[in-house]
Amino acid sequence: MSEPRAIGTARVKRGLAEMLRGGVIMDVVTPEQAKVAEDAGATAVMALERVPSDIRRDGGVARMSDPSMIEGIQAAVTIPVMAKCRIGHFAEAQVLESLGVDYVDESEVLTPADEAHHIDKWTFTVPFVCGATNLGEALRRISEGACLIRSKGEAGTGNIVEAVRHLRSILGDIKALTVAPPEEIYRWAKELQAPVDLVAEVAERGELPVPMFCAGGIATPADASLVMQMGAQAVFVGSGIFKSEQPEVMAKAIVEAATHFADPSIIAKVSRGLGAAMPGAEIASLEVRLAERGW
Amino acid sequence: MRAGVLCLQGAFREHCEVFATLGADVVEVRTPKHLTDLDALVLPGGESSTISHLLVTSGLREPLSQAIRNGLPTLGTCAGMIVLANEVLDGRPDQEPLCAIDLTARRNAYGRQVDSFEAPLDVKDLVGESFPGVFIRAPVIERVGPGVEVLAMHDDRAVLAREGNVWVTTFHPELANDPRIHEYFLQEVAA
Repeated sequence: MSEPRAIGTARVKRGLAEMLRGGVIMDVVTPEQAKVAEDAGATAVMALERVPSDIRRDGGVARMSDPSMIEGIQAAVTIPVMAKCRIGHFAEAQVLESLGVDYVDESEVLTPADEAHHIDKWTFTVPFVCGATNLGEALRRISEGACLIRSKGEAGTGNIVEAVRHLRSILGDIKALTVAPPEEIYRWAKELQAPVDLVAEVAERGELPVPMFCAGGIATPADASLVMQMGAQAVFVGSGIFKSEQPEVMAKAIVEAATHFADPSIIAKVSRGLGAAMPGAEIASLEVRLAERGW
Repeated sequence: MRAGVLCLQGAFREHCEVFATLGADVVEVRTPKHLTDLDALVLPGGESSTISHLLVTSGLREPLSQAIRNGLPTLGTCAGMIVLANEVLDGRPDQEPLCAIDLTARRNAYGRQVDSFEAPLDVKDLVGESFPGVFIRAPVIERVGPGVEVLAMHDDRAVLAREGNVWVTTFHPELANDPRIHEYFLQEVAA
């Protein structure tokens, strides 16, 4: 007779995000890449068929990955495996939950399935991570049940400028909220289009009620250091590892940078001899802005 | 009381907060120089493979191992326990544990994240109601050596144990909003 236990609680779902803090979550497309990521010290991998820069290049509709591809990566590593579903595509999320992925990313990198609604994430046992460009978007995702927020940045560009913009927006508004008088909380809620009780909670705590990581455009150890010094608690690196010249070396360097983000001498040490980072893109030259997806 | 928390990766912030509320001076341990003059040390939860890797690259592995052998009171939670164990099953081949407590730990033994759970725990010598145990992709203790004292069980397995100066939990007392286990540990350290 086994003793009582409760699964899928908010504490357990958010708890895994707490365990990933100070680490690097890497996009991988094959079991071999997943092993390289684990060997380098990644805290988790994101299993997908194409990294964002290839999705950008290929165009067309980007969907959830083939389950057998995800299972191959789950079999290859011992660290948590995440996978992406389309915004609003709860059936894809159900499939990912049945595969036993450790976190579902309801992601703007894939083509949205619903132009008005995100998934009701409270109904799932598996936890969800969602992207946000501003505080209102982050709080709407949390109100739908997201247990981890990542600033969106602009995926697949190797350009950190959008990630910086989104972090400054989210963290700047949080800071402003903490000094707002109580009667202004209602106006904030209206302008952020977010539930007033969540807005009040952020004003009280001075941070989101769930961890906040950074994604979209991280291509070097110094990029990781930058966003973590600004206040991100961990980083997602997509194309930045396996589109660089020496993925093994780059992966290890970014892992060390995420731990020692506030120590410039260590960032300098791990930045030497990395070879070429992924080729980047100017934001103004993009045909599609992924960060604009999500409502 | 100077309480060090290994801050390489994982849920170190929560441990720092609990120690701070208990009145300890908290030291964030990231490099060997942070190990001097500590009265206690915590190895937090996180990814044990990542923490093991970073112990080597930060140069902390040897001095930390030596300090524990010299009697530094140490608490390892979840991944921290895996790092401290004598033997690890289902780990990575290059994941060499510190062999600081005579037990065998199996990683991710309950399954994937959807199997993570909360359960009330009865802890020996802990006054008051049961302790809220938070188990996240948790390991199990498959074997304890003769010198190990078991302080709490769940489903017939040890979940809180100590051997001399080394304490381990398979769950996350730092996520429980309940400082009693940290308090218990610090009281024993001071004694």
